[in-house]
Amino acid sequence: MIHITKRKELAPQQMLAIRLGAIVAALVVCGVITAMVTGLNPISVYGAMLNGAFGSQRKIWILLQETAILLCVSLALTPAFRMKFWNLGGEGQILVGGLAAAAVMLVMGGRLPNALVILLEIVAALAAGAVWALIPAVFKARWNTNETLFTLMMNYVATQLVAYYVIKWEVPKGSGKIGIINQSTEIGWLPQIAGYKYLLNIIVVALLTVGMYAYLKYSKHGYEISVVGESTNTARYVGIKVERVIIRTLVLSGAICGLAGLLLVAGTDHTITTTIAGGRGFTAVMVAWLAKFNPAVMVASSALLEFMGRGAGEISTAYGLNHSFGDILTGIILFFIIGSEFFITYKVNFQKKGGERDV
Amino acid sequence: MADKQLAVRMRHISKSFGQVQANEDVSLDIYRGEILALLGENGSGKTTLMNMLSGIYFPDSGSIEIDGRQVVISSPKVAFDHGIGMIHQHFKLVNVFTAAENIVLGLKGQGRFDLQAASERIRQICDTYGFDVDPNQKVYDMSVSQKQTVEIVKLLYRGAEILILDEPTAVLTPQETDKLFAVLRNMRDDGKAIIIITHKLHEVQDISDRVVVLRKGNYVGEMVTAESTTEEMTTMMVGHQVTLNIDRPRPVNPKRRVRVHGLTVRNSEGVLKLDNVSFSLYSGEILGVAGISGSGQKELLEAIAGLQKVEIGSIEYVKDDGDIDQLIGKDPLEIASLGVALSFVPEDRLGMGLVASMDLTDNMMLRSFREGPSPFTDRKGPKELAEKVVDELEVNTSGIDTPVRRLSGGNVQKVLVGREISSNPTVLLTAYAVRGLDVNSSYMIYDLINKQKAAGTAVLFVGEDLDVLLELCDRILVLCGGKVSGIVDGRYTSKNEVGMLMTKLGGEAR
Amino acid sequence: MFSLVSFIPRAVAQSIPLLLGSTGEIVTEKSGNLNLGIPGVMYVGGICGVIGSFLYERSVGDPAQMNAFLGVAIPLTCCLLGSLLMGLLYCFLTVNLRANQNVTGLAMTTFGVGFGNFFGGSLIKLTGAEVPTISLGATSKLFRTTLPFAGSTGAFGKMFLSFGFLAYLAIAIAFAASYVLNHTRVGLQLRAVGEDPATADAAGINITRYKYVATCLGCMIAGLGGLYYVMDYANGIWSNDAFGDRGWLAIALVIFTIWRPNLAVPASILFGGLYILYLYIPTGKNLAIKELYKMLPYIVTIVVLVISSLRNKRENQPPESLGLPYFREER
Repeated sequence: MIHITKRKELAPQQMLAIRLGAIVAALVVCGVITAMVTGLNPISVYGAMLNGAFGSQRKIWILLQETAILLCVSLALTPAFRMKFWNLGGEGQILVGGLAAAAVMLVMGGRLPNALVILLEIVAALAAGAVWALIPAVFKARWNTNETLFTLMMNYVATQLVAYYVIKWEVPKGSGKIGIINQSTEIGWLPQIAGYKYLLNIIVVALLTVGMYAYLKYSKHGYEISVVGESTNTARYVGIKVERVIIRTLVLSGAICGLAGLLLVAGTDHTITTTIAGGRGFTAVMVAWLAKFNPAVMVASSALLEFMGRGAGEISTAYGLNHSFGDILTGIILFFIIGSEFFITYKVNFQKKGGERDV
Repeated sequence: MADKQLAVRMRHISKSFGQVQANEDVSLDIYRGEILALLGENGSGKTTLMNMLSGIYFPDSGSIEIDGRQVVISSPKVAFDHGIGMIHQHFKLVNVFTAAENIVLGLKGQGRFDLQAASERIRQICDTYGFDVDPNQKVYDMSVSQKQTVEIVKLLYRGAEILILDEPTAVLTPQETDKLFAVLRNMRDDGKAIIIITHKLHEVQDISDRVVVLRKGNYVGEMVTAESTTEEMTTMMVGHQVTLNIDRPRPVNPKRRVRVHGLTVRNSEGVLKLDNVSFSLYSGEILGVAGISGSGQKELLEAIAGLQKVEIGSIEYVKDDGDIDQLIGKDPLEIASLGVALSFVPEDRLGMGLVASMDLTDNMMLRSFREGPSPFTDRKGPKELAEKVVDELEVNTSGIDTPVRRLSGGNVQKVLVGREISSNPTVLLTAYAVRGLDVNSSYMIYDLINKQKAAGTAVLFVGEDLDVLLELCDRILVLCGGKVSGIVDGRYTSKNEVGMLMTKLGGEAR
Repeated sequence: MFSLVSFIPRAVAQSIPLLLGSTGEIVTEKSGNLNLGIPGVMYVGGICGVIGSFLYERSVGDPAQMNAFLGVAIPLTCCLLGSLLMGLLYCFLTVNLRANQNVTGLAMTTFGVGFGNFFGGSLIKLTGAEVPTISLGATSKLFRTTLPFAGSTGAFGKMFLSFGFLAYLAIAIAFAASYVLNHTRVGLQLRAVGEDPATADAAGINITRYKYVATCLGCMIAGLGGLYYVMDYANGIWSNDAFGDRGWLAIALVIFTIWRPNLAVPASILFGGLYILYLYIPTGKNLAIKELYKMLPYIVTIVVLVISSLRNKRENQPPESLGLPYFREER
């Protein structure tokens, strides 16, 4: 008979060992599955993946850029999650942020100096993202409305809003696309640093990571978030106004998602589509959770997931397979890590009949 | 008594939860055709022991035999298959279900599912025993006593052979109690084995054939009810009055600090938890609060701390200069901003007083983190405080950056008390300050509280160990069913007097 | 020109995947499991059916030679098996390993959607088939076989008889689920597990078994939604991401219907109608405005969410222990 009991706390090294073990096991399974699908031997599978992620300077840049954006969204969601507010609305908050940026670029381009346009689009993108998160937050704080589904639905409202403006602004008419905004004037485009297209985004996100780490760890707000997330009873006991903390935190969360939208639209893509968020709002949930909501660890978890995605992409391209292969591998890794948490919290005892036990 | 047939034999049962030893080497026999009272104070391990019989918990060691055969009770279902049924103190009822749905829940039954027929049988049972249950009423619409009636009917419906009732009379009126006892006697005469968990002596006298007494998780003895007196039982339950040698200096220059008047509180379910409570708390004294758990202690402390909605009444804080502030309707922050230095050591240490996943330093600043204009928290002060608390209170930890969740119960409490007294409070509220603590830690806590008293703090000390209350407190306020049943002088009262006051209103007098 | 006769059948056809998805999720949630992996499960259900039917059609060669029974049974079995495996995975992680349900569900959605798109996009390559796209016309025809008289009874036939068997099955499943939940012993026990597992446990109900069975059945029902979409609605043509957000909408429908599968029937038809209403609203040359009309189902869901949180009627609340793992010795 198997009997499960809660463990006493494990040492950090043991926890790390369990998680790393899960990742290694997952990578082995991924390698075997890839080998089965492609006929490669498993070692060359990893070789191909490494090549896909780091094979050329361009590939490295793309990996860094993708990691940065995913990390940005994960950082955005983290304060909400630490409060046990399940913000699944990252997707929509990115979209409206990007939409606001695009709108400023389109409408103000040519009417205001470039610097002002950029300033305005930053404000607009952050505000739009914040509003998109604020709406469900207010209902959660006041009436405990289910935030998981509310934020989820806000994603689709945002998608349709973008779809509406894409058609309104489409160039040329009937193409269903906006095309590159201000292609000739480059008004509203975020500046490139030292001629590198992605460097600005990477720097912004790097600063954001440090900032978020400090905010959560050292600021009074961050402290309140931790207390509310752990126990609303304790929060009330020391006089923290829980509703106010929920709303304030979600405004921050949404604004950073808006920033991700800004970086995508004004920084790299210079256009907007309904798929610009690309599922990052959901992937980021898992990035944040894998890192146990610690911004520093998130650098690693977002890099891991992007690496898997890019690596699997390389294999897909080489073998004429669909690019969703990466999602399958990501899923497998996630299942392993999710499952490994059990062994951190619980202990399995095998019990012989008659009450004798060995552990 | 010679024809008594052994139903259950429990041998050398031990069970611990983390650091807490709930039962230690308990052996117990249960017979058919007998009502057994399991007597003991709060926390003596009665409920845990019975939970192991009914499959809720699994013993760490020991054996259980039913009708002479050794069994492994791994789940409530296995327990039920052996004819064991238990009525828990916290009702096991699904709120959105009707009485009938709850009663038939989990039953196999043959043929098609017929709630109509079930309701008919329920009505029959109710008619037989005189219960009043509407099978179609939803549980969330029921009063507490109705819910319990459903629980009892559930057992009767299932025809359990071995029935365990965990403090069944706590929510019943005297009339309902009499009815219940009549039913229990009928069932006993029917050859069933009945165990009633209680700490009310008069009930033991009234209903039981035999008494088994537990104290602090251990079996201390048993006696035949008819041949024993309440005094004998009390002595066995509370133990001999032991001398703990806790200091009790006379209050120096006591001044009225807090005046509670006509305080009435209902919980979220609308149940009256405090009923017209009035008393005064003086500076430089320790006012003990005694009572069976759930008599309103939690609500009383939380009302003073600004965490509990009050229906009616007043809580006045008297400043040194004689100014009076009304605390009702204010939250903890507003109370603090009045200049009231109020510290509160709540019962739920990790769920309310501390943040389990945070380290000692972060827990030290739980109340003070707002200080200063900077948007960032200042950890220097809290860090020093943490070091000081670890040092002075001898907290056993690998360092001040250890999450408090990893500390043992005693060390958690030292951290909490250390923080609460560090702000030099004028009022200190403590709830079960030494629960789960070893002897040395307990004495350290008494000592800390006494130091606060000497410094002129008004201390409200909610306790459960009467020996401690009798030696530590200047006065003892006894709560019974949400009412003040008496305030006695700690120096001149006896354990029996307080014990009687604790059960007075809940039992004979009501 | 708005015509009810043309609107209703399209709304119904649109509603069936939603109905199957939400019925599956209701059954799952009644056991206390909040499965956000349903969108992934529906993709897996769809693509497994496609794989089965693709292999079968290829092995037969000539569509005219296909056995009608096998032509239906093979994709159906594949779909159910694939969905069942997803259900087992979810249960193993959340029930046995007590993993966070939200994260597990999202990971399953990532995995499932990826799985669907991967095989949708790579099936031809993997099997070395010499066809340009996955088009399962013959199988689709079997799935789209309507009731007799559908064509000869005019408007009545068009509105009530013109659907493939999965549509009628979906409605039957919804009503059956409703009956089982509310009028049987098993249903009562399942609801108890979702409401208050400690009480159910004390009553001798095997929590693990109920959670497993309900979640796996729920996944299989939802998987059928994916199968219906590709085989019936999309005429047997798989295109990646075409299934879209229907899985999430199905989860939202659960709240809309306050956890009642019988209400899911009209509610999903309403949602199906809202989903295609933009096609029927005259907008002239303003194509953009249609995109705003497409928001309707989501906005309606939000409104319902808010209203249900304002009105705290006990019967209309989610199962009380929804989303929480159960551990008997928790203390």
